[in-house]
Amino acid sequence: MTTTKELICISCPMGCHLKVTVDGEDIQVEGNTCKNGITYGIEEVTNPKRIIPTTVIVENGKLPRLPVKTSEAVPKELIFDIMNEVNKVKVKAPVKMGDIIVENILGTGANIIATRSMESL
Amino acid sequence: MNKVYDTVVLGGGPAGLAAAVEAKKAGAQDVLILERDRELGGILNQCIHNGFGLHTFNEQLTGPEYAERFIDMVKDLNIPYELDTMVLDLEDKGEVKRIHTINEEDGYNIIDTKSVILTMGCRERTSGAIGIPGYRPAGIFTAGTAQRYINMEGYMAGKKVVILGSGDIGLIMARRMTLEGAEVEAVCEIMPYSNGLTRNIVQCLDDYDIPLKLSHTITFIHGKDRIEGVTIQKVDEKLQPIAGTEEYIPCDTLLLSVGLIPENEISRKAGVEIDKRTNGPVVSELRETSIPGVFAAGNVVQVHDLVDFVSEEAGLAGKGAAKFIQNNLSDNISFTTETDNNLSYVIPQEIALDNVEDAVTFYMRVRNVAENKVINAYFGDKKIATKRGRKFVPAEMINFKIPKSKLEGYEGKLRFVLEDK
Ligand SMILES: Cc1cc2nc3c(=O)[nH]c(=O)nc-3n(C[C@H](O)[C@H](O)[C@H](O)COP(=O)(O)OP(=O)(O)OC[C@H]3O[C@@H](n4cnc5c(N)ncnc54)[C@H](O)[C@@H]3O)c2cc1C
Ligand code: SF4
Repeated sequence: MTTTKELICISCPMGCHLKVTVDGEDIQVEGNTCKNGITYGIEEVTNPKRIIPTTVIVENGKLPRLPVKTSEAVPKELIFDIMNEVNKVKVKAPVKMGDIIVENILGTGANIIATRSMESL
Repeated sequence: MNKVYDTVVLGGGPAGLAAAVEAKKAGAQDVLILERDRELGGILNQCIHNGFGLHTFNEQLTGPEYAERFIDMVKDLNIPYELDTMVLDLEDKGEVKRIHTINEEDGYNIIDTKSVILTMGCRERTSGAIGIPGYRPAGIFTAGTAQRYINMEGYMAGKKVVILGSGDIGLIMARRMTLEGAEVEAVCEIMPYSNGLTRNIVQCLDDYDIPLKLSHTITFIHGKDRIEGVTIQKVDEKLQPIAGTEEYIPCDTLLLSVGLIPENEISRKAGVEIDKRTNGPVVSELRETSIPGVFAAGNVVQVHDLVDFVSEEAGLAGKGAAKFIQNNLSDNISFTTETDNNLSYVIPQEIALDNVEDAVTFYMRVRNVAENKVINAYFGDKKIATKRGRKFVPAEMINFKIPKSKLEGYEGKLRFVLEDK
């Protein structure tokens, strides 16, 4: 069975419109101007990943919310599950930028880390 | 006699931080940053998404991470800053510039300085600025206000959202609200192309199947107390709504992402010459404005899409201010710059080559999407440099670096022209 997917390559400002055809193991990329487009197209259909930036509740902090992110890109289909987990988290100030807030989130190997320092009140 | 500072920086966003750091490194002793907000970092504090610093740090940082790196530099250099301090006015008194401020604790205050760097950033165009018929019910926010609410205060702005304008903040907020459980029904853009970076369209809209309706605008806002829905309509080439294309979309929230304007009330009142095309000050290669000793950088000069270039520009202004107080800044203008009609502006507008080390980077934007084109730089009939790119789009600022050696020996106007390949 073959499936095709239309994508826009974001590896450079050119923004080529790609057509990626998947036939079992065989993946064809069309519409790319350079070979980076092929790499991008293949990754997007086989294993699309994103960094998730969000916030968690912080108690006793200067501000009510602490911005966090996944320490590395995680599979796209897990985005909402990860959001659900992260939304349950509460931390206590002070926090330092880079502190690990949740270790190995949903077994992805990525940690949730603080993206700023937060002084306590 | 009051203390006279070497350099006072107005605004503690990324431009202000980088300008202060560079001024201090380049020899300014007494540097001070004034910031009206409760903390340093400017707009970056609410931009919790990643995508900052690709050029400067070779990493994809979030806004707060990028800001904290610069805040740490300011602290390491022991540069003092005053928070919750609003700058009201700037006066040019010749030898010194006088800054009028107000602060809840100390009240009204006057600060004298030899040089000033304007880094007040920009503000969002508001709903009042665009006349959509209908009431003005609750539930209408600028995208930046909603961003601050959600990311910093932890309030959710709404559950069913329509976004007007496809600027980057609008796109980023479409994703952010989706992640927080809202449904984003549509992003309407009146132009036939988006004003946002392609990266944001892909990762913020396409990833979540949010429709981007190009050549569409909102023609009616429904609801009296709280917004209940909007009527959207297709527009023709003249951007006029086409009868019969009306579509009703129910929503409880409307976000406006219809553009940013440099914040130049203080600059204007002080007598700084403003370029009508950028809405920011006319600046030199080291970002000196029309008032000697007053410099400017960042979104106050031109609306930047990448913070890396904000930091770069602010570094120039910091260097300029340090040179100025050391009587080391040449005011011998070598030439000025202009563009054809296909380019909407060019920065800097004036160049004194004496102040240039090895190259000048010119920043500009195209008015429309341009494929198979180049930008050529001319002195009279003589072409001195060419900028190639696969494609130029209005949303992405073009930086065109020309070595000093190619700029020497000319005078008059350096003209930038969009031409066929
Ligand atoms: C929502 C949004 C998303 C963005 N996303 C990206 C991205 O993904 N990647 C990227 O590289 N760039 C991005 N940018 C661009 C980049 O962040 C901005 O260009 C940059 O923050 C501008 O810096 P600035 O210092 O000029 O302005 P600002 O950050 O606005 O700072 C100006 C500061 O001056 C202060 N101020 C203003 N007036 C006064 C006064 N009268 N008295 C005292 N203080 C005053 C303000 O409080 C503020 O702190 C984004 C911008 C926005 C708005
Ligand atoms: S395919 Fe190559 S040229 Fe086209 S957008 Fe991707 S990286 Fe750029």
